[in-house]
Amino acid sequence: MISELRGTSLREEDIGSGNVLTTEWRPKLDFAFDPGVAIGQFLQGLKEGKLLGRRCHQCGRTMIPPRMFCELCFRRNDEWVELKDTGRVNTFSVSYVNWDASRREKPQVPAVIEIDGASPGMGILHLLSEVGESVKEVMARVKVGTAVQAVWKPAAQREGSITDILYFRPLS
Amino acid sequence: MPKVAVLGAGLTRFMRRSLETGRELCWEAASAALREADLTLADIDCVVMGTAPDAFDGVHMKGEYLLDGCGAKGKPYTRVYVGGGSGVFAPIAGWYHLASGAFRTCLVMAEEKMSPTQPHPQGAFNAIYDQFTERPLGVNLLWIFSLEQMRYMQTYGIPMESIAKVAVKNKRNAKDHPSAQLGGDFTVEQIVNAEIMAYPVTRLMVSPVTDGAGAMVLCNEDFAKKKGGKHVWVDGVGWNLDTSYWTNRDLAYPQYVENAAKMAYKMAGIKNPREEIHVAEPYDPFCYKELHHLEGLQLAGKGEAPKLLEKGFWDRDTTTGIPSSPSGGLLGVGNPIAAAGIMKVAEIFWQLKGTAGARQIRRTAKRGLAQAWGDLMQVGTVVVLGT
Ligand SMILES: [Zn+2]
Repeated sequence: MISELRGTSLREEDIGSGNVLTTEWRPKLDFAFDPGVAIGQFLQGLKEGKLLGRRCHQCGRTMIPPRMFCELCFRRNDEWVELKDTGRVNTFSVSYVNWDASRREKPQVPAVIEIDGASPGMGILHLLSEVGESVKEVMARVKVGTAVQAVWKPAAQREGSITDILYFRPLS
Repeated sequence: MPKVAVLGAGLTRFMRRSLETGRELCWEAASAALREADLTLADIDCVVMGTAPDAFDGVHMKGEYLLDGCGAKGKPYTRVYVGGGSGVFAPIAGWYHLASGAFRTCLVMAEEKMSPTQPHPQGAFNAIYDQFTERPLGVNLLWIFSLEQMRYMQTYGIPMESIAKVAVKNKRNAKDHPSAQLGGDFTVEQIVNAEIMAYPVTRLMVSPVTDGAGAMVLCNEDFAKKKGGKHVWVDGVGWNLDTSYWTNRDLAYPQYVENAAKMAYKMAGIKNPREEIHVAEPYDPFCYKELHHLEGLQLAGKGEAPKLLEKGFWDRDTTTGIPSSPSGGLLGVGNPIAAAGIMKVAEIFWQLKGTAGARQIRRTAKRGLAQAWGDLMQVGTVVVLGT
């Protein structure tokens, strides 16, 4: 039973006006991440214009993003496999929001793409482009299952990053 | 299994920005729960705290920061964490503290103060994405939910209007919740036509940023019997996590929620949840999630929760269905991450006790469940309560 309810709700104008005293703190946090064994090789593959997966001979799965162990069989998996740079849209969205909640004029179209040559359901996150610039246009061109292909940066500009693939676009 | 009873619960107001610090919010919630339990801090043997990322409060070791407001000075105290699932996981941890036989009583806390993060707490979530394969794409938190909602809709052919009805129902229910931040009457059109955040998610399909805290007092069977009176009991608990490779997961169906629910049902001796669960508080940070979770909880078949919603099966005043989110949920009451989870467990407690006031469901209820979800969309936490 809620008998006595506490909490003092502030309004936006309480903050700037000095009605409520506040303190600001801006942490500066820099990190340098080590890529690890599997993702290090994956990034090297991207630099060479290839999508690499790892295969486990026990369960037969080909995994992307790659890992050096199979989380199902819980054993070291077995080999690198070069996958195609085509795939199918598992799901997608038409996003008008940036990370800081500010809004975009033109939307981004993030998608999970199941990569051809990997086991069913094995997808990666990336962006779609050449699919229109409004919800209506994108919804007319993309569906779950739409076949797509990677559009790569020119070889000389690749740096071993997921952004070496600029985006995916519909095959037809 | 040793029996554990619920003696009391307490909440603060849920607010976009509170004057109170997290520690002060905890103190208010803990005091309210002790009042209902008719106990003092001297009766409490141990304290469990559930709270989500430190980054919101801008305080590292947030469990320790909140300790004094939780009444934990000089007591066995543990912070537990499974992201958004933490608020329902905290009572689960309280349950195993007592079921182990180590303690008689446990004060279970949950807190979130999201408002300090500038410019928006969403930024703190970017670090949940993989540093190499995802973050360089310019990610934001809403993507994963909009991607999951799209997969759910296209797998089962669910229209936007059906999804939107969850917000209509929950915001309406929340009008009767004293803590509520966003209760109100909305039409399906208003929800569907609200600003597009990340299609298919619109602004009114998203729960708000919230500050708030909640608390519950649990005890073992001996203590409950000495206290006397009728009690609400923890009949079952369950939790489960799916792979962190989220782009390799079935996004149309929360298998981990099914696994968690089955663990809790087995403990509670429940064979047919659709008959034996009489009221539910599934986690609803987004409209589609309530439907997704009702299916994972085995209260609806795959893709069928939206059809039942159309028929009023989940309405608070149903006499033949299962009222779902009678509290008003995260969409209506607000979403102070972990505190929202414990708000759901508290609602089931009050519903079974018959003290939910204007929110009291019409059908008789002997058993209910609360469920939360979180981490990288991979954890299900379930508590089944019964009289
Ligand atoms: Zn394997």
